[in-house]
Amino acid sequence: MHMMYFTEQPMSAYDAQEGLKYGATALTFSNKHYDPLEGSRLYNEYIEDYLLAEEYGADGIMLNEHHNAPFCMQAKTNIFASILAAMTKRVKIVILGNPLPLAENPVRLSEELSMIDMISKGRLVSGFVRGGGQEQLASGVNPAFNRERFIEAHDLIQKIWTEPGPFRWEGTHYQHRVVNPWAVPMQKPYPRVWIPGVLSKETVIWTAQQRYPYIALNTAIDATKAIWDLYSQTASECGYTAGPENFGYLIRVHVQDTEEKALRNARQFMWMQGEFTGLAHPVWANPSGYFSPTGRRNFVQFAVGRAKNPRGNPTFEDQIASTMIIAGTPDQVIERLKYVVENTRPGIMGIWANDGNVSKEDRQRCIKLLCGEVMPAIKEFGAGLGLKDPWEADAPVHLRYSTDLAQRQAAAE
Amino acid sequence: MSVTWTETTQEIAGCGLHLSRAGSGPAVLVLHHDIGTPDHLTFYDALAERFDVLVPHHPGWGKSQRPEWLRHPRDIAAIHAWLLADLDLHGVSLVGLGFGGWIAAEMASQAPTLYRKLVLIGAMGIKPPEGEIADQSIVSYIDYPKAGFHKPAAFEAIYGDVSVDQLEAWDIAREMSFRTAWKPYMYSQTLPHLLGGVRSPALVIWGDDDRIVPVSAGHAYAKALHNATLTTIPECGHFAEMEKPDVVAQLTADFLTQH
Repeated sequence: MHMMYFTEQPMSAYDAQEGLKYGATALTFSNKHYDPLEGSRLYNEYIEDYLLAEEYGADGIMLNEHHNAPFCMQAKTNIFASILAAMTKRVKIVILGNPLPLAENPVRLSEELSMIDMISKGRLVSGFVRGGGQEQLASGVNPAFNRERFIEAHDLIQKIWTEPGPFRWEGTHYQHRVVNPWAVPMQKPYPRVWIPGVLSKETVIWTAQQRYPYIALNTAIDATKAIWDLYSQTASECGYTAGPENFGYLIRVHVQDTEEKALRNARQFMWMQGEFTGLAHPVWANPSGYFSPTGRRNFVQFAVGRAKNPRGNPTFEDQIASTMIIAGTPDQVIERLKYVVENTRPGIMGIWANDGNVSKEDRQRCIKLLCGEVMPAIKEFGAGLGLKDPWEADAPVHLRYSTDLAQRQAAAE
Repeated sequence: MSVTWTETTQEIAGCGLHLSRAGSGPAVLVLHHDIGTPDHLTFYDALAERFDVLVPHHPGWGKSQRPEWLRHPRDIAAIHAWLLADLDLHGVSLVGLGFGGWIAAEMASQAPTLYRKLVLIGAMGIKPPEGEIADQSIVSYIDYPKAGFHKPAAFEAIYGDVSVDQLEAWDIAREMSFRTAWKPYMYSQTLPHLLGGVRSPALVIWGDDDRIVPVSAGHAYAKALHNATLTTIPECGHFAEMEKPDVVAQLTADFLTQH
């Protein structure tokens, strides 16, 4: 199993009361509440945290990006990936991911990623995402073409990484007359691409069609199984059998020496008023054209307050009870994580370990216990279940590099 | 007097375009708002008493099919011009409502002598010299249309409790607005420079409480067009033809029948 440390990099120094007063903590919540001195302190502390995670044994550091909101300080994931490329020695740098539709110039994005791959000496995992609805609005990118842009930018970057330039790209959303960047990835055929997501069926299907691992972001166990079923069914249609190496799972976990302290700090996972991305208007998260037309009728009713949030609004206690959040001593956490691993069978696991206002001292204690004690125990447990990550399984980077498809097709005949 | 509307589907540019038509007399093409249009409006009926009124649904809106390639209100303008050509109509006057006003202005700028007269009501399409065009992307489906009425009661008179079908139609309309007018949002940087060629006399109508498109854009239209007059309607929002149908219909009919 591949086990990663993750944090949203919370801007914990903002005044939550101001957000409650305004009624939103995202998109239009004024950046006058942002203190760059605190921002500087936190960025540098988060770098220390990542280095500690490597020192104590994490396999990977998972990074992401968001905009216009206190819940995540990373406005450009490639910045932290670049820093870690130079400052770490061993961990995989797992970007989950670059929001492709936000890129006005995917060629430049491919250059940045190639530089990160070379500087890190081949440790980049280049995940891609569509980006949430708010990210489109914050970046002025048309949400109605989000999926088209995602796929076209991916196809362009994939071509840059696999075919020599110069070539010409005349797409629907991107046109480049001389594609020939002199920075290409060190990893061949190209860095592994993992796709994180929450609920979009279209994304699960596309990901399985590429044979990229799909990383379920803290979905409930039943929902996670439904995602795996859809992925597996698509994989089968593409001629391969999906295994644990195709599946990743992100879960919120906080470890301390005492259960009481762990639970107290774990409540910080609710710090954005219980919503991952803060309080926001539904149309910010799902601007028209961004989401699947199949969900339109339900969504419009939710958006005007006539229906409940389809994601529900579970309390902290509910989430502890359903293992959406795990908190405790290393032994307690290992026990519960084994249950989750047994039921979701991922080859890749992200541990979202610190959120909100957890003190630096407690964050670092959590990282030491998590990476030093919990991760090795879970990796051993996973090995016993045959849960291999993409490297252990020697999985192809993309469907096109599969060597088992013809054999399977022949067997089917 | 009751007006009988005929509904047809016209095949234009590979897509089925929905058209409602009623009345007789000089032809008037009415171009609806970004939020689409209800099937029936007092304003439409009033015009149909004196004119041959055509109310198409823009491609992708309402009952018209979506052309996946559509990217700009200018494309919509070309489709409506194609519709008039297919129907063999000449000397048509254009009545553009809000977003439809932008489309009407595009049609006129591309064919400066073709249209008899032009009525632009709260028209989008020009960057307002003062203020900004309201951004529907960050407000709810109901709050946006509501902001286009001076009095909430006028909104309720048209939309009532707002059906789920209407909410869906507004979401689709919003998606089409994004697909065609996302950036710059709801205006063209070149249109103001092209309006000077238009020979059709124009009447520019604005609600004095238009919170969707600032009246400064109305002044800009009146200035850019050679032969245009701006009239404002008191206690009236952006959706003027729905909030003050009698006043807008009277102004429009009087202007269209003047020689």
